[in-house]
Amino acid sequence: MLDVRHATVAFSAPGGPLVRAVDDISFTIPAGTFVVVIGTNGSGKSTLLGAIAGTVRLDTGSIHVAGHDLTARRENQRARYIGRVFQDPRAGTAASLSVLENLAVAAARGRPVGLGWATPRQLRAEAAQRLAAIQPGLEQRLDQPIGSMSGGQRQIVALVMATWHRPELLLLDEHTAALDPASADRVVQATAKLVRDQKLTALMVTHSLEQAAGLGDRLLLVHRGRISLDVEGGAKRRLSTADLAGRFDRLRRADQLDDPAARTLRDLYV
Amino acid sequence: MITLLATWTFGVTLALVALGVFVSYRLFSFPDITTDGSFTLGAVTTTVLLVTGHDPAIATLGGAAAGAAAGACTGLLHAILRIEPLLAGILVTTALSSVNLVVLGRSNVPLAGTATLLDHVEALLLPATTAAGFGDAAGEAARLIVMLSGVGIAVILLWAFFRTNLGTAMRAGGDTATMARALGRNTGLLTVGGLAIANALTALSGALVAQVQGFADVQMGIGMVVWGMASVFLGAALVGPVRLGGALVATVAGSITFRLIVASALRAGLHPDWLKAATALVVLAALIAPRLLSRRPQASAAR
Repeated sequence: MLDVRHATVAFSAPGGPLVRAVDDISFTIPAGTFVVVIGTNGSGKSTLLGAIAGTVRLDTGSIHVAGHDLTARRENQRARYIGRVFQDPRAGTAASLSVLENLAVAAARGRPVGLGWATPRQLRAEAAQRLAAIQPGLEQRLDQPIGSMSGGQRQIVALVMATWHRPELLLLDEHTAALDPASADRVVQATAKLVRDQKLTALMVTHSLEQAAGLGDRLLLVHRGRISLDVEGGAKRRLSTADLAGRFDRLRRADQLDDPAARTLRDLYV
Repeated sequence: MITLLATWTFGVTLALVALGVFVSYRLFSFPDITTDGSFTLGAVTTTVLLVTGHDPAIATLGGAAAGAAAGACTGLLHAILRIEPLLAGILVTTALSSVNLVVLGRSNVPLAGTATLLDHVEALLLPATTAAGFGDAAGEAARLIVMLSGVGIAVILLWAFFRTNLGTAMRAGGDTATMARALGRNTGLLTVGGLAIANALTALSGALVAQVQGFADVQMGIGMVVWGMASVFLGAALVGPVRLGGALVATVAGSITFRLIVASALRAGLHPDWLKAATALVVLAALIAPRLLSRRPQASAAR
């Protein structure tokens, strides 16, 4: 379960105005729910994800995962509860380590590490079985440096890594955005399967309206640091890609109206 | 024969510097200038412990421990105070040059008449090497055997350590910090640990070199980081992309090859004043040779 309360993150460029990238956002994701987050560029969805992952500090508000207050915890201290997959496959896997060694680091997620052998036989067997279950053939490549694999294969391994121990929350940061359509499709299917099989609580940020319409139990549309649409259940299932595209258009048009008006007012009164 | 063997002994001893630079530069992408200072620190610490009558084994370990502390300092500057790697190393090395001078008391202290670790093992192995027909060079041969086995043990220990959970986490953190942090690792602490290991190896090399050459000098560490990098790059150029064990062995091979290149250059009439310039050229050559030899783009798996 994820509970975000009154989260605010403000930035200001030198000399520029204070911008609230995340503006007093509150929402709760019940355990076992798969939530998709979409938003325009600069909407604050990435900042929101960073605040949950621990890469961005909240100015006010709180983040709880499975009842644990993570607001003051550092990124690496949150790893005990949160599994993450990054947009860039190179950010979520260590290129020079073999596939098996990457999985070994993931098998120690959020736990203290000691001088035990990183890749014992039972880990190898389990790794082979888990990879084969999600994409047959990958289990043949356990000893290859993961840097020699394609982006799509790396993301599949990254998914297995993030869910090696069932996380209280799975964070997916546009994890198919850097892939070609066919690979992206395979990664989406693998994601859906893992979330379903492990009954995961998941938060996926995506650029793809198709993914937003087709995946998840609930959808959040973030715009200007706030949640401007929150649909779930039957309404979410009925939501089509065209509906979402229409929503985006309306938001963009509203922005275009707002900006010149704001500029005129500023010129007049500031 | 004795000179030749002594050259080898020296080269093999310096392979520990190369292994240290392998850890800091290859595994952590940390160009660690501390190497210069910690090499000297290992030498002077061990020398002072020896002349004050400590057991040679303890004196040698003491030198390595001092190096580990120096490496940890650089790591902490980087991890906690967010100082750039190069600058952190420069700061610690600069401070170490004072520390080294104070520890040693003056700029040069001989070990003549003091029993060193090498005297002990020489006495132990002399019967065997004499029997093997080394004659006059029996003592030098004994030293070389000990150094070779010492470096061999270091390679095996490093290989084993970097295959443990902690060591694998260190490699992961050095390779891709975002990944290691997302999996709960404190990458700053891992870097501190890695630099401590790297500089312990370097200082151990300094400790042994002081005992091989029979004196410690506060200038002896100058250029060691370049020596280490030359060995690492030469080793990598010799074998191409390999996994951890292969890369460690290649680093030792690179160190010995580099020593041979230097010795041949000197024998061919290179003025010793030009030694460091030649070293820099060899590093440059080792860096660009793989790119010239293969038309493939640089493989990121070459660690």
